Amino acid sequence: MQRTKGYLDEQFCQIEDLQDETSPNFAEEVVSLFFKDSVRLVTNIEQAMEKYPEDFNRWDAHMQQLKGSCYSIGASKMNNECTLFRNNCGQENAEGCMRSFQKVKREHAILRQKLESYFQLLRQAGPAGTATRPAGK
Amino acid sequence: MASSCMGIGGEGSAPAAPHVLAVDDSSVDRAVITGILRSSKFRVTAVDSAKRALELLGSVCGLTEPQIISRFRNFRFLCCIACAITYSCIGLQGANVSMIITDYWMPDMTGYELLKKVKESSKLREIPVVIMSSENVPTRINRCLEEGAEDFLLKPVRRSDVSRLCSRVLP
Repeated sequence: MQRTKGYLDEQFCQIEDLQDETSPNFAEEVVSLFFKDSVRLVTNIEQAMEKYPEDFNRWDAHMQQLKGSCYSIGASKMNNECTLFRNNCGQENAEGCMRSFQKVKREHAILRQKLESYFQLLRQAGPAGTATRPAGK
Repeated sequence: MASSCMGIGGEGSAPAAPHVLAVDDSSVDRAVITGILRSSKFRVTAVDSAKRALELLGSVCGLTEPQIISRFRNFRFLCCIACAITYSCIGLQGANVSMIITDYWMPDMTGYELLKKVKESSKLREIPVVIMSSENVPTRINRCLEEGAEDFLLKPVRRSDVSRLCSRVLP
């Protein structure tokens, strides 16, 4: 998977490993929850940056939540960008924050695209149209 | 390993899987911890706040059963009885929870505050409480352990962390 390119780390494998007969689509369900959450959190950050200029504590608090979610599903590249944003908050660098935030949003969009393709492929490859990991992993 | 996690010492009959209460405001983390616990053969109830956790545990701000019933005096008689039955079924036994695993950082009430409430309650204090956090803050960890937390897990929580807990916390 894309983890060799650094998009997802070991934590994503752990989530996939939790799939079994009773929860055959567990990974996809968790990822779906992640994107539901992350879209909301990204919007919150965007609004906070507009409504509360240079309120670094507030920006940081919002980003902490998003970073936590990234961490939980193993979205390492996006997680790194979140960390950089938080560093900029710590240094009270508003311009740095703006740039980092654009990168966070970009990584978010890329990740979504890649995961959607991934699960689509699994559905095509797996038996009876269920999204399961390929055999032999 | 799965068999050692099953049951809390039944007496001749098939032991029920231990019931774990998971508390986390993040829907993603709730799903992940639920998946991990279920794969280790626990029964899981996941809630999104410490307040809900305390409600489930029957704590309801430390009200006794008669106090709870009297609070509902203004409602219809049936409602009164239903509440009394509900609280007597789940409240007094703390919903048969074998372990609580909670996120540290939650709005309204933190996992640490939940831990304190559990340890202050004569009904609930025996239930092992495990705290999870994505941040490695030694002072935070020590404070939780001193307050009586069974363990402090760094997120993301792994299956191996839960297996280790199981063998330590449950008989």
